[in-house]
Amino acid sequence: MRVESEAQLAEAIRDAGGALAVRGGGTRPVGRSLGAPLEVGISGITLYEPGALTLVVGAGTPLAEVEAALAAEGQRLPFEPANWGGVLGVSGESTVGGVVAANVSGPRRVQAGACRDSLIGVRFVDGRGTVIKNGGRVMKNVTGYDLVKLMAGSWGTLGVMSEVAFKLLPAAPAQTTLVLDLPAGAAQPALAAALGSPFDVSGAGWLPGQGAVVRIEGLSESVEYRVGRLEALLAPFGPVRIERDAASAAIWASLRDLEPFIGKPGDLWRLSVKPSEAPGIVARLGGEVMLDWGGGLIWALLPEGSDARALAAPYSGHATCMRGSAGVVFEPEPAPIAALSASLRAQFDPRGILNPGRMG
Amino acid sequence: MEMPKPDTDLLARKPQIVARLREVLPRDAVIDDPNETRAYECDALSAYRCQPLAVVLPRTTAEVAAALKLLHEMGVPVVPRGAGTSLAGGSMPQADSVVMGLARMNAVLEVDYENRFIRVEAGRTNLSVTGAVEADGWFYAPDPSSQLACAISGNIGMNSGGAHCLKYGVTTNNLLGVTLVTMEGEVIEVGGAYLDAGGLDLLGLICGSEGQLGIVTEATLKILPKPEGARPVLIGFNSNEVAGACVADIIRAGILPVAIEFMDRPCIVATEAFCHAGYPDCESLLIVECEGSAAEIDEQIGLIRQIAAAHEPVEFREAQSADEAARIWLGRKSAFGAMGQINDYMCLDGTIPVSELPFVLRRIGELSKEFGLDVANVFHAGDGNMHPLILYNANTPGDMERCEKLGAEILKLCVEAGGCLTGEHGVGVEKRDLMDVQFAPADLEAQMRVKDVFDPKWLLNPAKVFPLGASASRRAS
Ligand SMILES: Cc1cc2nc3c(=O)[nH]c(=O)nc-3n(C[C@H](O)[C@H](O)[C@H](O)COP(=O)(O)OP(=O)(O)OC[C@H]3O[C@@H](n4cnc5c(N)ncnc54)[C@H](O)[C@@H]3O)c2cc1C
Repeated sequence: MRVESEAQLAEAIRDAGGALAVRGGGTRPVGRSLGAPLEVGISGITLYEPGALTLVVGAGTPLAEVEAALAAEGQRLPFEPANWGGVLGVSGESTVGGVVAANVSGPRRVQAGACRDSLIGVRFVDGRGTVIKNGGRVMKNVTGYDLVKLMAGSWGTLGVMSEVAFKLLPAAPAQTTLVLDLPAGAAQPALAAALGSPFDVSGAGWLPGQGAVVRIEGLSESVEYRVGRLEALLAPFGPVRIERDAASAAIWASLRDLEPFIGKPGDLWRLSVKPSEAPGIVARLGGEVMLDWGGGLIWALLPEGSDARALAAPYSGHATCMRGSAGVVFEPEPAPIAALSASLRAQFDPRGILNPGRMG
Repeated sequence: MEMPKPDTDLLARKPQIVARLREVLPRDAVIDDPNETRAYECDALSAYRCQPLAVVLPRTTAEVAAALKLLHEMGVPVVPRGAGTSLAGGSMPQADSVVMGLARMNAVLEVDYENRFIRVEAGRTNLSVTGAVEADGWFYAPDPSSQLACAISGNIGMNSGGAHCLKYGVTTNNLLGVTLVTMEGEVIEVGGAYLDAGGLDLLGLICGSEGQLGIVTEATLKILPKPEGARPVLIGFNSNEVAGACVADIIRAGILPVAIEFMDRPCIVATEAFCHAGYPDCESLLIVECEGSAAEIDEQIGLIRQIAAAHEPVEFREAQSADEAARIWLGRKSAFGAMGQINDYMCLDGTIPVSELPFVLRRIGELSKEFGLDVANVFHAGDGNMHPLILYNANTPGDMERCEKLGAEILKLCVEAGGCLTGEHGVGVEKRDLMDVQFAPADLEAQMRVKDVFDPKWLLNPAKVFPLGASASRRAS
């Protein structure tokens, strides 16, 4: 079933006789999907105030539509959401609600925060069919509990979002990338040095065919200045190549959307770890990898049936099987955390009908 | 302001409760002499006071857990406390409660520059977190004006902000993990030195929960390399509307200063009299701070100068030295103190969409006349977080009540304008009874269900945040 208004959504959930598989554009098929499809088609920009850096939008609005509207005003979503459709082998149009439900954040996560950090308001329908709002359209708001954060990354298991609000950032007029020809296993110290500098790095990763990459964005003179300083800082790690503007942007789009992995066989894993653990984990995993967030995010393409958790251990953080045959998709949680999460789900969705089992 | 009727049975059992606490805590960690517990009877919302049954000051997470387990078993309410600087009554005790203060837990546990975090015991003060890494060129970004006194635990409780959060975000955006002790006394680790939760974002839920979900004993915080430099400019205007329009234009132009602060005439006049910062004689002024190398700052300030020029400022003053920079900030930083000199004041904290600034300021002016109480405005303009200061005289009968009524009207105005009741100070008891202006019953019910999960008996800070009527049945059970 497809719903196009919040009232329809509430009715659909109230009347549901069993499990519902909630979807936006269907471009993030991670985890189990059981039940009757419920597609959120609540679309359109409700409010956009460039002077206040705020946007309120229907959860079913295509991400591309939102990005185009913001670009027209020289603004953008701070967290640089990735498009996983290619690498997960699905077509369809990513929606804003799906981005939020999966808390999808791209390379700029290290500087501007995650999707959950830019999210300032939500309206959602819980498993009882009740409409609930939290947060709002202002960037500073501590009125009551922060259910906004709770909804981000809850993969539709607590409620189905009808509307979301973001704080925005001005798009940077200029960007430059410093590229170092280092192997994946040796990239992290260079990335840490860049992130530990005062030069406001907005991306730090590693991808095949390029090497270690560090991005600077901002006003053009300022970018030039900081690139110069970083070049000197990174010199001890090896020769530095400079890529500007469109060439720089292409590198980050490729890393963000995992272009080097598109069409390749194998299981795709995503590990969020303490960055300094990256070299050891990369060595233990084997296989092909890409790094983001200064090494704190590891994407690994492994032979089918691999258990990345067993291979990577020990690590702090968590590993998710994004595509593949692993039985346990999300990282198993310590018992007390699992108990709290289960109770929260029981409170918000007492019938257990919203994406049951999706998060394991 | 109303508090629930204390449980007379608990009041009568005070000696036993204290004796049991002494069995699990060191002697000096349990305080029950009313002369000593008086220091804990209020927070910075000092108009409201109440003596607790006792105060416990644990030194370790294990002690926190042992005390909570016992208090849970005995059904005693607990009020968590950091430094007690809440402006919302968040750490104000109730008569039948035990205050759990974190002041003795202030150690630095781990500093890791490679992974850009610091782990501290949560009673450590905000400023001393930066203090621990400053010499190496790092800082902890959230900087509430109370940062010399307030504790990280209280910052997490309230999800506190600061002058520089336009660029760096508030506490929740700089928090990586916590050690949380539940009311049952269970110790759990949430998050850590890596980014984002694997499962549900419990960390996001805990931050800003006003001591109602658990006691935070340790925190992993993001630290940042210090920028090369910072420089403020001061821009004076002939009307609030024009200053508001200038803020919107700066933001639209794609410049993101680290701070945009706003002061109106009453506030300028009062601070001038107090600290002689040398502010211009004007209706309103902005302080805009830019960061980076000298050349980068020049570039940003050049753009801001152009934008401001279109609004015909009375004055555009750029700091040429550290001393001039300090003078520009002096008045802003002394604003609350200056107000305290002339009168008693109540500090509000609503947020509005920046675009509504001129309308809301005009309306506050009208309300101020209607109620016959002066209101001065000083606030974080970049993010719309307002701090109207209502001046009143506590010794004049009826003044305080009038002030509270005016405060409520102004906060309702913030909500009507598309904003919220509190941007950084929290709900506490102060805004508790206004919650249904902003939220429908179902919205509040959803939040209370979260408390049901973490604290089924509703023993942690139970009389805060939710209107007493809404929470009555849960508190009674
Ligand atoms: C002069 C002045 C200026 C201020 N400026 C700012 C400002 O710029 N920005 C801003 O945001 N705030 C500001 N405040 C408000 C206040 O300082 C903040 O709310 C601060 O974070 C409170 O910290 P605290 O340690 O004093 O907390 P407390 O007052 O002790 O407690 C605050 C809340 O946190 C809970 N809590 C405390 N410890 C724990 C714990 N261990 N576990 C769980 N919950 C806990 C308490 O129960 C309470 O609900 C200001 C206050 C003053 C007096």
